[in-house]
Amino acid sequence: MSASLSARNRLGNALMWIMPLVVLGLMVWAFLAGDPLRLARRGLPPVENLAIQRIEAVPGALRVEILNAGAAPATIAQVAVDDAYWSFEAEPSTTLPRLGSTTVSIPYPWVRSEPVTVTLITSTGLTFTRTLDLAVEVPRPGGREFLTYGLLGVYVGIVPVGLGMLWLPALRRLGRRGMGAVLALTVGLLVFLLIDTMLEALELAAEIPGTFQGTALVLFAALITWLGIMAVGRSGRGRTAAPPSALFVAGLIALGIGLHNFGEGLAIGAAFALGEAALGSFLVVGFTLHNITEGVGIAAPLTREPARVRTLIGLVLLAGFPAVLGAWLGGFAFSPLLAAVFLGIGAGAIWQVIVEVGGLLRRQAESAGESPVNMVNLAGFLLGLAVMYLTAFLVK
Amino acid sequence: MKSRIQHKVSRRDFLKAGLLGGGALVGAAAATRGQRSGAIVHPAGHHPDGDHGDVGTVGDVDLSRFDPSVFMSTFDGGRETVGSGGRTLREWEVIGIEKDIEVAPGIWFPAWTYNGQVPGPTFRCREGDLLRIRFTNGTTHPHTIHFHGIHPPSMDGVTPNVHPGESFTYEFEARPFGLHLYHCHTMPLKRHIHKGLYGAFIIDPPQGRPPAREFVMVMNAFDTNLDGANEVYAVNTVGFHHMRHPIPVRVGEPIRVYLVNLTEFDPVNSFHLHAGMFRLYKTGTQLEVFEFTDTVTMGQGERHVLEFTLEHPGQYMFHAHQSEFAELGWMGVFEATQEAT
Repeated sequence: MSASLSARNRLGNALMWIMPLVVLGLMVWAFLAGDPLRLARRGLPPVENLAIQRIEAVPGALRVEILNAGAAPATIAQVAVDDAYWSFEAEPSTTLPRLGSTTVSIPYPWVRSEPVTVTLITSTGLTFTRTLDLAVEVPRPGGREFLTYGLLGVYVGIVPVGLGMLWLPALRRLGRRGMGAVLALTVGLLVFLLIDTMLEALELAAEIPGTFQGTALVLFAALITWLGIMAVGRSGRGRTAAPPSALFVAGLIALGIGLHNFGEGLAIGAAFALGEAALGSFLVVGFTLHNITEGVGIAAPLTREPARVRTLIGLVLLAGFPAVLGAWLGGFAFSPLLAAVFLGIGAGAIWQVIVEVGGLLRRQAESAGESPVNMVNLAGFLLGLAVMYLTAFLVK
Repeated sequence: MKSRIQHKVSRRDFLKAGLLGGGALVGAAAATRGQRSGAIVHPAGHHPDGDHGDVGTVGDVDLSRFDPSVFMSTFDGGRETVGSGGRTLREWEVIGIEKDIEVAPGIWFPAWTYNGQVPGPTFRCREGDLLRIRFTNGTTHPHTIHFHGIHPPSMDGVTPNVHPGESFTYEFEARPFGLHLYHCHTMPLKRHIHKGLYGAFIIDPPQGRPPAREFVMVMNAFDTNLDGANEVYAVNTVGFHHMRHPIPVRVGEPIRVYLVNLTEFDPVNSFHLHAGMFRLYKTGTQLEVFEFTDTVTMGQGERHVLEFTLEHPGQYMFHAHQSEFAELGWMGVFEATQEAT
């Protein structure tokens, strides 16, 4: 008796969970079968939206990656290059379902170092155009290219961070006030990186087809990263609520900067590969100068604690090597979607790093009975911002 | 990070006011028509240039709907009767029809047409004939037929507008002889013309012209994304048609081209013949040769009669000498052979 009651209860329980879904299914079926919107839609033309994701110049041809970002299937009827219809082939098909993608190959004698514009014309006569600003052959992942792009990453990431860390012995000779100023400078640097990373992420997000909700994706990536790093940091410290060790803060700074440098490497690699930036030595040197402050930032928390050389090298690699990875990925397989997400992750990480460094700064000031916001610290903060802002002139 | 990535997404604005990100609306053609993949298809009659592919469109239009090769040799003399005093009376029925037309393989354009075709039928008569054209508007917009030539203003086709479902009969004497044109004159004029309401109108001289292979070539273009600039250029509507289907002629035979410029948006168009020269009769209204040349440049509404013979067997290219128009569809070839065609 009681057994059958409990069985009935379980059945009732299951029904309560399933019921709304069943009703939902019925409503969807009724809507699709009845098509009550058909009157409102009558005579409305299809809204097509093809996103040209990437144009690659390969020997004797252009390769165009296309995504259908519209609500309905779309068909590429013809392809024009620089206002001339041209023969082409589409793989897998000229008709793209919603969110479907295709690659159009155009055998075309593009001219090195000159712009080339590709126009897709759909069956309804709509056109979608994108320009490759500077046609240069896209690098194939070969040994030489791997080395070149790796070197690019080294100069953008590892070299400046390492050079900045060389100031550590000098920083160790600073007094308490000077030390506070250097931490404040680090906060200034990080604030610059946070804003810069976020703006770049949102700029990329704007390019992503609307379906992927790029801006929301960037913000979510930042939010999740921030919460994740905070959770990891807190769980490591246990319930004692003891302040984090200087090495932990330094590691966190290195991680945040590393994520930022990964995004930077991605963008640089992609820009060079697609011929959208001149591969000038000046630009690379500019990045080296711009990023040198990052090394100072990582060194800043370590001025009062001993650190082994091996640890320091580890920190340099944590902050700098992601630039190498980014340059490779950006050079050989750039995707605006991926880049935007990584930049969002970087922004979230940097935010948490600012919180931690700010905490360190506050504790040091309070232990000396001072406000963390004093003239010396403010000057350090502003100097950090100013150095980043002014050296950015070299790479904008 | 900095704006190191500078993608210029310079899509031609279709609706400049709105739809950020490039989604856009266009006329009623269905989204999925035809599907192709696989090997590169080179335009017929032209061979690929090494590894560099070739200029031209891929595939072919549905020629059962409209074949420019047939259109160019089709002259419509109307229903011919002998009226009072032995004068020839010619009567035509013209119906305005909205129709999607294929202006290049797979590209559909929501056209307004006379008798379901763009260009409309080539009306042909002799100087002095009495012409009676009954126009019935089967579309959803008012239209007219405005003929070039000499006639009473009441028959000029500017007023009255022929409203949907209504009819109007234009009646006038054919004069002067020459090559003329007709088109809708309802405002906004630009739209009523570029949507397809136009055609050639030939009035032969009383004594006729010397026998020749005769072709009508209406230079036209289509603004498929409706942004005020043309996407496809052609003679007789279909871009690159005569690259895929060369015009067969015989070596040495007299050829006459009735060339009319009905291109909208671009102020001038032109015709250039390769490996030959033509005698130019401006507007065809005089029988004296105006010029012996291989290129003629024409404003909107200008039209000329061209006469020439091709002296050697082989392919003779012809195209607009505006390279942009040529590469967007306005090019073709005559194929001259020794045998009878």
